[in-house]
Amino acid sequence: MDVKGLVQLGTCKWQIPMEGPMRVPAILYADRQLLSEMDDKVQEQLKNVASLPGIVKAAFAMPDAHWGYGFPIGGVAAFDPDEGGVISVGGVGYDISCGVRTLLTGLNKQEVLQRLDPLIEELFRVVPSGVGSEGKIRLSPDKLDEVLVGGARWAVDIGYGERKDLEYVEEHGTMPGADPSCVSDTAKRRQYRQVGTLGSGNHYLEIQYVERIFEPAIAAAFGLEEDAVIVAIHCGSRALGHQIGTDYLQVLAKAAKKYNIPIRERELVCAPINSPEGRRYFKAMACGINCALANRQVIDHLVRQVFHDQFPKATMGLLYDVSHNTCKIENHGVEGVIKGLYVHRKGATRAFGPGRKELPERFKTVGQPLFIGGTMGTCSFILSGQDEGERLAWGSACHGAGRAMSRRAALKRWKGKSIVSDLAHRGIIVKTASFRGAAEEAPEAYKDVVRVVEATHDAGLAKKVALVRPMACIKG
Amino acid sequence: MEKGIAAKGFGTFDHVADIGIRGWGKTIEEAFENAAVALFSIIVEDLDQVIPREHIEIHCESMDLEGLFVAWLNELLAQASIRNMVFSRFKCHIRDMELEGLASGERFDPLRHQRGEEVKGATFTQLAVRRQDGLWLAQCVVDV
Repeated sequence: MDVKGLVQLGTCKWQIPMEGPMRVPAILYADRQLLSEMDDKVQEQLKNVASLPGIVKAAFAMPDAHWGYGFPIGGVAAFDPDEGGVISVGGVGYDISCGVRTLLTGLNKQEVLQRLDPLIEELFRVVPSGVGSEGKIRLSPDKLDEVLVGGARWAVDIGYGERKDLEYVEEHGTMPGADPSCVSDTAKRRQYRQVGTLGSGNHYLEIQYVERIFEPAIAAAFGLEEDAVIVAIHCGSRALGHQIGTDYLQVLAKAAKKYNIPIRERELVCAPINSPEGRRYFKAMACGINCALANRQVIDHLVRQVFHDQFPKATMGLLYDVSHNTCKIENHGVEGVIKGLYVHRKGATRAFGPGRKELPERFKTVGQPLFIGGTMGTCSFILSGQDEGERLAWGSACHGAGRAMSRRAALKRWKGKSIVSDLAHRGIIVKTASFRGAAEEAPEAYKDVVRVVEATHDAGLAKKVALVRPMACIKG
Repeated sequence: MEKGIAAKGFGTFDHVADIGIRGWGKTIEEAFENAAVALFSIIVEDLDQVIPREHIEIHCESMDLEGLFVAWLNELLAQASIRNMVFSRFKCHIRDMELEGLASGERFDPLRHQRGEEVKGATFTQLAVRRQDGLWLAQCVVDV
């Protein structure tokens, strides 16, 4: 992206001034280098978002932003229902509520290393991953509706996990407002055998250890110390979420025409929040969020069982469960007045500071934990939300490293088998159902997660708490 | 035009985070069918190993050809995931923005089929259905 047309407002804050149909400015959080490496399309898509009816304050891009579908990936925007605000399929994305759940094992690196091989073999056997994999849970149509309404709470009710887990999931495990009658039969049928499966693409299950602590007090509140082993589960709402997105692109395309909202990109279709079409999409999307929360809860339970078998002393508490692709109703201050806004986060993590009432008691002095996934060969980060972040971007931060190289280019450059053996030489065990997938997800195909996290920290969106390194990874 | 792709009938193209698929053909239908081969070649590495023993009817409609192309690919993905099948042969017929088609394949078998990447859906990004160099081209980015 050419930085010439941008106005620099801080070391990691840039503004695209208002022009043409834009109703508000657009703000990019990134350092100069990240910005210059970003696609031009990010700027174009962000301007399109800034032109939507009822948008409040600005359209925001996180430091890991790249070209997306309608919204840029890493795009955040809030809409006011009382000002004709809209809800957009592109603002949520296809993999509704894709996110990361992080477990604290209560074990240290040395302990886990002693049994790492059997541990990862067993996890790979027990957690279904990759193309054509099916979960153990087979659902009838009415049972699936219970998943879509109950989310993680549904999973806990049938024995997957513990009630106290729910406190450490966004929305306490259940997204309100879900109505399965707004979800198509096709979407539901695609999900009957997929609850509790990891999927493929960039989804993974990783065993990691804490290498470095930046904020000891916050780390302690999160239950993290050096050499502590954690588990990260990255997956989403599987085929159901995608089908909801596909179905509602058509519904909202018609709605946009009906309500005279100009469409600048086919995936940026939207409807007023206060319209029958907008309300239906919200109710369906809420089902997608619950599906993802249930999915991660089930996988979490499978992971805990395997750990307990291998390590009877493992504690396996839940640190937190964050979602990346959502639209949520949140109270935020707008010019001194608290308003209920529809906050879209497409490839961005909610990052609430200590003051927010949504957080569990344990995090009320330190802020919400965020998990920023790197690659299977580098490192990941744990951050905490800051009160300042609410003013900067509605309490949002980056979600990962972001790709630097296309999947096709990665496939040409690397062989999956050699990626896996190179990582093994470096002490990182990778299990995968697809060597093609391993090549596409090669560590060097991604941007440097360290720079993305530094920019997030420097911008004030969230605070760096700990750096974690991979020990073993199941790539979906 | 890349001669190799025209001879092959289908292929992929670059996209920053996902992957583009395309099919060429003497008719629109042939381009749609070839693009479907490109799609399922991402999901299963060796599509030749997928025996076309079961036939699933596909029906979809849209306002325009480009919308119809995305709907066709999404319907194929939906039918495949509902039945846990993979498809390797495709036939379709288009009339008045309505498509009637047949997808042939079999139940996914991890012992015989080499897993590629799961494709979540077809998108409207870099979407095109047009005539180019005397052939029909149908293409879009798919979300993996």
